[in-house]
Parts: sequence; structure tokens; C-alpha cells
Amino acid sequence: MMDWAYLFEICLTGIASGGLYALAALAFVIVYKATRVVNIAIGEMLMAGAYLFFTFAAMFALPLWLAIPAAVLGSGVLGAVIERTMIRPLLGEPPISVFMVTVGLASVLVGLVEVIWSADQRRLPDFMPSDPIMVGDAFLAPKVFWGAMIAVVLIAAVLLLFRFWRGGVALRATASDQAAAYSVGINVPRVFSLSWVVSAMIAAVSGIIVGSIGGISSSMGVFGLSVLVVVIVGGLDSVLGALVGGLFIGLVEALAGSYLGGEYKLLATFIVLVCILMVRPYGLFGTHEIERL
Amino acid sequence: MAIQHPGGTPAAPLLEVDGVTLAFGGVKALSGVGFGVQPGSITAVIGPNGAGKTSLFNTISGFYRPTGGSIRFKGQDITRIPAPQRAKLGLGRSFQNIALFRGMTVLDNIKLGRHAHLKTNVFDALFYMGRARREEAELRRDIEERIIDFLEIDHIRHAPVSALPYGLQKRVEMARALAMQPQILMLDEPVAGMNREETEDMARFILDVRAEWGVTVLMVEHDMGMVMDLSDHVVVLNFGQVIAQGTPAVVQQDPEVNRAYLGSGDVGDLRRKLHATTHAQGVA
Repeated sequence: MMDWAYLFEICLTGIASGGLYALAALAFVIVYKATRVVNIAIGEMLMAGAYLFFTFAAMFALPLWLAIPAAVLGSGVLGAVIERTMIRPLLGEPPISVFMVTVGLASVLVGLVEVIWSADQRRLPDFMPSDPIMVGDAFLAPKVFWGAMIAVVLIAAVLLLFRFWRGGVALRATASDQAAAYSVGINVPRVFSLSWVVSAMIAAVSGIIVGSIGGISSSMGVFGLSVLVVVIVGGLDSVLGALVGGLFIGLVEALAGSYLGGEYKLLATFIVLVCILMVRPYGLFGTHEIERL
Repeated sequence: MAIQHPGGTPAAPLLEVDGVTLAFGGVKALSGVGFGVQPGSITAVIGPNGAGKTSLFNTISGFYRPTGGSIRFKGQDITRIPAPQRAKLGLGRSFQNIALFRGMTVLDNIKLGRHAHLKTNVFDALFYMGRARREEAELRRDIEERIIDFLEIDHIRHAPVSALPYGLQKRVEMARALAMQPQILMLDEPVAGMNREETEDMARFILDVRAEWGVTVLMVEHDMGMVMDLSDHVVVLNFGQVIAQGTPAVVQQDPEVNRAYLGSGDVGDLRRKLHATTHAQGVA
């Protein structure tokens, strides 16, 4: 006998946490689209943002309206520094080299966090309303709900920027053809910087949300693993793919977690990943062009 | 069709390439290349394959940095200025292998040509106020009424560029370069791979661009008929060096040009030789 109310509740939770995946996946896709860099350190950039927020809010005791922008801006600076010092010098090198640099970047960020803040699990200060959210009869954890709301608003804002802001248009143009972008006066190196800055800032926001739901620790980057599944499923360079893939993987994890048990969550996601790669190796919405690493 | 200069003396060149040398490692793509482009002229760069024509174009538009020599535009030394700034100064170009923004429409592609000249910032754009609205209206008028009509691509303005035939893609690329409001329009093989009719259309567009918009044209082209019909000044490159330059008539008479370009390396000549060999073998 199927319990429809229970299923509905699980699907809601799945979609809401899928919103968070979508946000983090967006951060990944922006960098990949503009610069063709596979940023394996996306989970660790989330973590860096969350720790910056922790520093400003819990250690410096700044008010929230100051701590969140400070953490986001700080992450933007981090993104710019990473691009300028590690990625830019590798311009024109084979993709595998840049890929390996981001693998190294992930370890460096984890190391830095452990040196500065220790490896202990920490709690982020609560800033989201804690009244339970009811959709009909279904209950939704308030943090997950508000986190998803923030994600939706931010994704919408980013999509609007891409569509109407000159910088966003420049980014799309650069993604499409670098030589042509250069020739019409688009400053391509600056677009590369911009994409890393924007990506790091989005990652910071999703890190803050994820951290305030589950706490922060130096192993938080594991979240990035699911994000990678999301972008591979959706197609590395597709914003739409990131959104659909995020919701889809969120749903799969929630269903597997509650009907099969928590330990089957990752198993289910990766089975989905393998199946999709067999049918569409470039992801659901990605460009049909395969880069072998 | 030499241009008339007031007072009879030639005006200062709009673009001056002076002793430009470009080396990739030990390979010299260009050595000591020098010529001037007169304002209002149509100047063509010709030469056999691998002579360095596209390298020269890429150096002028700032994609490559020359190892020696200088490039002056409107009297200003632009040798060290990066490509995007040169685009803003008034150097518009097209590419030998079409470089359009795939996945965007014809209109979006052309509009991006104006990118460098827009001043709208993120807040204007978000709220679509003031400057953004004004700039968009101006842009639309200029692009729709002038460029699109002019190049006769009205019927495909909302089509995705990747779905267009080759000849039309070339035309869209030219439209995008025109949207940059260039003072020099640099065309890299504008009629390569086109049939007779398309070539004639393109030749007409190039002449009209100069006549109606006062844009100076610098082009690389293999179609000798077109080069000789259109150009005021022809520069011949071979192995990265200028071997001759002057009016089409002068260049055509130059023995060195004939040897390098129109003579022994000629395709017809090669085919005759091949034919003779295979024929001889067939008989034996």
C-alpha cells in the first residue's frame, strides 16, 4: 500500500534540496562555459564561502546583514585570486593540466581550512526562520525550504543578468567563440576573471545555505561530488541542464534515501549517472562535443 | 579608381604598417613588412598560401604581438594595444574561417558588434532605464535600418546563424564588423568558397561600404579577378615579405609577382604536369 502523502513529502524535500544542487551546479557551469575549465574544487569553494561566513558571523560577531555580503565578497576575491594565479598562467595548456590544478586546489583549500579553523565540525549561526513549513499536509524542514527559496531567487537573478547585462552577454559571446569575442572588443581575459568571481560568489551563497542546514567541516567538499554528478547529467556547459539536473538528482537522492535507506543515496545517484552517460555521453542538455581527459 | 586628395598630395595613411616582424619560435611568419593604407581606399593583400597574409591580419588586429616593427592607426602607435581596445579605436574585422556566435540569432550577432561602444552598466541594464533604453533604441534603429537593409539580410534576422548557408554567414560576419562602426574594415578572404553570383554580390557590398559609409577596406583575397577590379592598392606577400606593391596594373606587370604567385606554382600548371606524368605511365 503506497502512502501518497509520504511520497509527496519526500518529493518536496527532494525538489527543495535539488534547488541547492542547481545553485552549486550553476557556479560550476559558469566557469566551464566561459573558460572550458572543469573545476573539480567546486565543493571546496562552497566550503571556503561557508567558513568565511562562519568567521565573520561567529568569530567577529558581525551582524548577519554584514556577515553574508562580507563572506560573498570575500569569496569573490578568492575566485579572482585563484583565476589570476593558478588558471590564467595555464591558458593554452592541455585541459588535463588545468583539471589537475583544480584537483590540487581542492586539497589546498581543505588544508587551509584545517590549518585555520581545525577539522572539527562547526555550527553556523541560525539566520533562517525556524517555523515549520506546511504544504498541504506535507511537512518541509524550514531550513531546506528557505534555502531553496534563496537558491531560486539567486538563480533567477543570475539568469536575468546573463540575458540583459553587458557582462553577461560578453560571457555568453566568449563561451561561443573566443576569437570573435576578441574581435568585437570584448576583453576576454576579463571575462575569464569575471566568470571565476561570479562562480565563487554563487558557490559561497550555496555553501552558506548548505552549511547552515548540515553544519560545516573540512569534509564539506563532498557535497561537490553530487554537484559534479548534477553537471555531468545536465551537460557541463548548459545552464538549463544545471537546473533540471539539480532538481532531478535532488529527487533521486530523496527517494532513494527514504525508500531504500540513507546508504543507498549515492549508489542511486551514480547508477543514474552511469545510465545517462550510456545514452547521452554529453549530458541531457550539453553541447555534443566530447573532451577526453 | 584612385581617390582624389585635396591639393593633389596623398593624405597621411590611416593605417601604417612599418617593418613588422613576427616569429613563432624559429619560424619567421613576417619579416620587415611595411605598407600604408590610404583613407577611403580599398587595399588588398595577396600572396600564395602560407605567405603570411592571415598572420599579418592577426598582427594588425592585435591577436599576435609582433616581435619587431610598429603599427600606427590614425597616427597613434597601437603596436602594444590589446585587441579589444583596437576594436574600440575602429578596427573591425572578419575571419577566414567564419567566427560567428553560434547558438545566437543573426540580430544578436550583429548587435554584439556594437558591444565595445555601449556604456550601459549593470544597474541600467537590470531596470532597463535611461541609458539602457536609449542605447538599445539607437542601436536598433542603426542596425535595423542601415546594416541589415544594406546587406540584404532582412529575411533571416531572427534565424540562428548556424543554420545559414556559408555565403550568408559571411555576410552576417560582415554586418557584425560594420556594427562596430569601424574606420577600417578588415576582411579575411571575403569571397573564399563562394560561387560567381555570391562573389559578385560581395564585391558590390564592399564597393558600397566604401561609397556609402566612407569606410576604408583592407582585405586578404585569393580571387584575382575581384582583387584587380576592386583595389586601389595591392600589396603582395611571399614568404613573409612584401615583394611588390602598387596599383593593380603595376602589380600585374611585376615579374617577381608573376613568378611567385601567378607563375610556376599555379594550380593549372601543376595539374598539367600531373596529367602528363600519369598519362606517360598509362602508356608505358
